[in-house]
Amino acid sequence: MLIRPPSDVPSSQITPERLYFNRRDFVRTAGMAAAAALVTPAALAACEGGAAARAARQDGALGKDDEPTPYKDITTYNNFYEFGTGKDEPAENAPRYLHPRPWTVTIDGLVGKPGAYHFDDLVKPFRVESRTYRHRCVETWSMVIPWQGIPLRDVLRRAEPRPGARFVELTTLLDPRQMPGQQSSVLDWPYTEGLRLDEAMHPLALLATGIYNRPLLPQNGAPLRLVTPWKYGFKGIKSIVRIRLTDRQPATAWNKAAPNEYGFYANVNPDVDHPRWSQARERRIGDWLRRPTLPFNGYAAQVASLYAGMDLRRNF
Amino acid sequence: MPSAKADALLRRALKPAAWVGCLLPLAWTVFDAFTGGLGADPIREVTHRTGFTALTLLMATLAVTPLRRMTGWNPLVQLRRLLGLFAFFYACLHFAIYLADQGFDAGFIVEDVVKHPYVTVGFTALLLLIPLAVTSTRKSIRRLGKRWVKLHRMIYLVAALGVVHFYWLVKRDVTQPLEFGAVFLVLMALRLPLLAGSKKMRPARSPSRSSASPQET
Repeated sequence: MLIRPPSDVPSSQITPERLYFNRRDFVRTAGMAAAAALVTPAALAACEGGAAARAARQDGALGKDDEPTPYKDITTYNNFYEFGTGKDEPAENAPRYLHPRPWTVTIDGLVGKPGAYHFDDLVKPFRVESRTYRHRCVETWSMVIPWQGIPLRDVLRRAEPRPGARFVELTTLLDPRQMPGQQSSVLDWPYTEGLRLDEAMHPLALLATGIYNRPLLPQNGAPLRLVTPWKYGFKGIKSIVRIRLTDRQPATAWNKAAPNEYGFYANVNPDVDHPRWSQARERRIGDWLRRPTLPFNGYAAQVASLYAGMDLRRNF
Repeated sequence: MPSAKADALLRRALKPAAWVGCLLPLAWTVFDAFTGGLGADPIREVTHRTGFTALTLLMATLAVTPLRRMTGWNPLVQLRRLLGLFAFFYACLHFAIYLADQGFDAGFIVEDVVKHPYVTVGFTALLLLIPLAVTSTRKSIRRLGKRWVKLHRMIYLVAALGVVHFYWLVKRDVTQPLEFGAVFLVLMALRLPLLAGSKKMRPARSPSRSSASPQET
């Protein structure tokens, strides 16, 4: 299937890419240092005036139905099989077992400057940004999460990807004492995830360090997790210890577990059902009724071009 | 065998106790609903709980006959209809919540039932339970005679479909569905002539009301 551009968004209304690429300069010049704590596309667009704000809303920014999900729900309703397969188990077990400090993240593979960083040293060179994103789980529930974090591409650029690098592989901690769920074989540990390099370099891709301006809790993937809001939640690998650049598509945890159900791309797509259930609708946590799921989770205007010409039914 | 006095007491307590036991999951859920105990996604939680309870009660229903045989305590048979009807009750709740969850959107529901095997199987199990519930009255038992026994053997199929429904819907951790599957297989194995012992039941010690129910199923 070819990617259907959203018909209701004329190209004239799509937020220009430079708005993202230069968002820091933009904010700085505008003397909006204080507002910088909220550099969501919506906030940026709001600075540009009404028309741009409308466009931003249509092309992925939060709409009026996208109220942030309460902190309590975000921190008690989790899929983090390293701490049990029940939704309430991570909140119960992760704070008891996981020690997010000291924490070392290794960046290696096809990079000019490989290295192992203490978590604080990894984050320090970059300004932590706030990004409120929709979050869509493959199980058909969704949330709106006010993340703080650093763009993945900033971290990758600093490591200087070599010309042959085409993919990024991310790996969760492997330590059954800190992650008791790893004593069961429900998934092949450690959890790994991957992105094409151009996906990883996309401005929306975030390495999150906090939620609601509080440090990430263990159940949410402390101290560092991936957020790719146009993809299903399982791509958002938690408690990352390794970022490796490769020339080959990395194996990913859920794809290994059930290749016919969970693809490498895992882009949110209401037109491509999970083999066992429909992906056309979702329940926003806090809502009673389901709402339609949007292509690329509402971020089509920003990310659809990454997949131009690809058959999204095959590359699910 | 308990003493005659204890036996009489147990007989009398059996049904009220079963009522209480069968209503507990519902009471618990109502309590949780008012105290925030259903978590971030209450609809999903209640859907799961009612389905889980329905399947548990189906297994309990299937356990009555082997238990009666093993203990030789015939009053247990009074529980069979009660447990079966409560299984049906929770299955109906489960389905009603599912319908509400789909916003009663007929098109979506039909597509879901036709297209997604775990829904098809669960829906089929519920449909098959309806004739069993309808013919659970003493009158139907008498009227249908031997055909009643044949009809009500369908409970085996319903329970199997229930287990498959659960197995097919979980994302990855199939522990609980497999546990139900194991219980189901044991309960079925206990019905094999080899394990069930003599084919004929000993007649009940006294011609009680329960002896009005037909042969074991």
